[in-house]
Amino acid sequence: MIRSTHLPLLVTLLTFVLAYALCAAQYPAMLSTRVIANLLTDNAFLGIVAVGMTFVILSGGIDLSVGSVIAFTGVFLAVILRETSIHPLTAFVLVLVLTTAFGAAMGAVIHYLEMPPFIVTLAGMFFARGAAYVLSTDSVPIEHEFYDFLQSLYYKAPGGGRFRLIGAVMLLAFVAGGLVLHRTRLGQNVYALGGGVATARLMGVPLARTTVSIYAISGGLAGLAGIVFSLYTSAGYSLATVGVELDAIAAVVIGGTLLSGGYGFVAGTFFGILIMGLIQTYIVFDGTLSSWWTKIVIGALLFAFILLQKGLTWATTSRKRVRTGSATPS
Amino acid sequence: MPDDIRPLLHASGISKFFPGAVALDEVELTLLPGEVHALLGENGAGKSTLIKCLTGAYRRDGGTITLNGAEIDPASTNESQALGIGTVYQEVNLLPNLTVAENLFLGRQITRGGLLRRRAMIRAAREVLLDYGLDIDPAEPLTSYSVAVQQVVAIARAVEMSGKVLILDEPTASLDRDEVQLVFSVIRKLRDRGLAVVFITHFLDQVFEISDRATVLRNGRVVGERDLGQVTPNDIVTLMLGRQLEERVHERKGGRAGEVLVEVEALGKRGMIEPFDLTIHEGEVVGLAGLLGSGRTETANLLFGAVQGDQGRLRKRGQEIRITRPRDAITQRFALCPEDRKTDGIVGDLSVRDNIILALQARQGWTRPLPRARVNEIAEHYVRALDIRLASLDMPIRLLSGGNQQKALLARWLATQPELLILDEPTRGIDVGAHAEIIALIERLREEGMALLVASSELEELVAYSTRVIVLRDRRQVGELTGDQITPSNIVAAIAAEAPKEVTA
Repeated sequence: MIRSTHLPLLVTLLTFVLAYALCAAQYPAMLSTRVIANLLTDNAFLGIVAVGMTFVILSGGIDLSVGSVIAFTGVFLAVILRETSIHPLTAFVLVLVLTTAFGAAMGAVIHYLEMPPFIVTLAGMFFARGAAYVLSTDSVPIEHEFYDFLQSLYYKAPGGGRFRLIGAVMLLAFVAGGLVLHRTRLGQNVYALGGGVATARLMGVPLARTTVSIYAISGGLAGLAGIVFSLYTSAGYSLATVGVELDAIAAVVIGGTLLSGGYGFVAGTFFGILIMGLIQTYIVFDGTLSSWWTKIVIGALLFAFILLQKGLTWATTSRKRVRTGSATPS
Repeated sequence: MPDDIRPLLHASGISKFFPGAVALDEVELTLLPGEVHALLGENGAGKSTLIKCLTGAYRRDGGTITLNGAEIDPASTNESQALGIGTVYQEVNLLPNLTVAENLFLGRQITRGGLLRRRAMIRAAREVLLDYGLDIDPAEPLTSYSVAVQQVVAIARAVEMSGKVLILDEPTASLDRDEVQLVFSVIRKLRDRGLAVVFITHFLDQVFEISDRATVLRNGRVVGERDLGQVTPNDIVTLMLGRQLEERVHERKGGRAGEVLVEVEALGKRGMIEPFDLTIHEGEVVGLAGLLGSGRTETANLLFGAVQGDQGRLRKRGQEIRITRPRDAITQRFALCPEDRKTDGIVGDLSVRDNIILALQARQGWTRPLPRARVNEIAEHYVRALDIRLASLDMPIRLLSGGNQQKALLARWLATQPELLILDEPTRGIDVGAHAEIIALIERLREEGMALLVASSELEELVAYSTRVIVLRDRRQVGELTGDQITPSNIVAAIAAEAPKEVTA
């Protein structure tokens, strides 16, 4: 059954299918497994961070710190692997604990000090970026046999596409995120927060625990995205991934999640990521267009989705008005 | 109700103090199993404070609560919910973005291995709601159903989670006639199941339709507990509005001595107040009487342009005028002291002097500031004239007592030398001394020839100063009393006139 809450998701899906069909009609090569594999690999870090952003936006918040956290994670790993003999796996665990705690701390500030998420995570953004600079201002290459091993893991599909580990990590993040959001109490509480904090409190939702969890998840996933990004680039650079938080927000919104919270699906975000990746791929295929066209198209898409959501809100309220206007005894 | 039934919930000696005010004074409430108990009282009578003390939203300052004979002391709404006291508020307190089933089960979901069992919950929700007479698809979003259905879902949630005492805080305020019946049928079912239901509403006919007994609060005290089978609406209104409605004969001076100042013709706003006519003369106090929600405040706001009407005409001294916003009204030398002093009246952090001068300066325009000496002169004049007690003109007005704040607000508007002064609940929440002073001031202003329109829920007070009283009910003017007709009992009779007289036990 199609419900109005599912409509934005369907529109996202339809947009993706339509866009892909158009691209394929012009460049049949875009149907190859290579393109699909690259779509997953190139957008892996963005996808992972967008899963966390979906949690945050669904709860009615925002997390501007994730781009900086990715950069920090990359630099942290690069420096620690260069300076010490710690095994990368230990470093991964360390950095995940660090970024999760960082997110949890922001969540705690947001809840207990009743500060707007915008300003708290903006502070977090500067803080994480600054910490990355302090570690190193240069791009630090990562050379480690374990990294080479991880990078060598891939599944070669017929047609030459290489599905790499980091793409799988992203898919896993989406599945896990979807499971938590749609199938656990925590997930329900995230939606409850987005539906209205005052009401959620009256209904007995544990606000503190939920808020802290949401930002901890976002921070932790940003850390995971940072690990994936370091595998993707084999380096850590404090100037990297500037503005990625905004790309993540765009992907979430294009994925049909209401920016004011409460409505949306993790699956939508996945297709939001794919749509954004598709635009980039198309521009590469075209070859004559400046890559900045990506931004323009994403801007237009965002605007279209905002209009769509506004339209849906109008449609549902006017339908309700009609219904209450002609209320009859049942 | 026979006396030998053990009360389900018994609260006695409940007191609650707020800084400078006694919100509840030794309040007693007894709820029997299987009864609908109406909790009645005007705004500020202490109904919601009492509810909050019972549900643990407020900590009470005194008194005991027993549930099924055992003493309880809930520290939060969650705790009282677990003990068996559920609450449903006027605004549906469910989440619009979740489905019916998700709302019903939020916080107590059926899970297996940490994962929600959606299908099981939808099935269970459907069964639960069938018990409440709702045959709906719980997998649909909550907002796809009418407010009445949502309200029943909220009741179902509260009962399923608590199941002994159900408190309904104005559950029917935004429902139409048929929807009210849906909610009532659910309430009756719950009563038959042995729950004690507390029903709060401002609609008197609904009280008599559904409730068995009523406790009436006034100014934080219980003024009566009545078996509704044995009283008339008139008795209840009398209880709600006045402790002693003695028939004092007031000396009435002058009547409508002055000329016609303002004529209102068919002014109204859909959904807020029905079109009304009103003529106000110079040197006259027109009182607006009626229960809460009857349209008193709405009339005042409409006349002042604080709310824009969608029809009607206004004439001042025979000349047509247009008032679409408060600035227009101020230009016409109207003034309004609003009901809610804290949010609509005072600017808490500004000094008393600035608060007094505010309206006059606003009329002058900010480009022409009043000279400092003149400001001081005006402020000092009114502080003396109204006997406002303060340490200094420079202190923030929020530090003054309620009565002095009210006097400073009056000073603000008197400084603009208004021709029509509209007062909405001028004596709410102020002490007895200031109360008498403000009444005396109203008399004095009338003698000086000012026209006043005063909305108040205090009947004795209205009787004391009004030369004419307009009675409102259900957002309509339903009567006008003049001269010797103005007595508390006549006003009560006019208010209660259309409430149902027949009461079935």
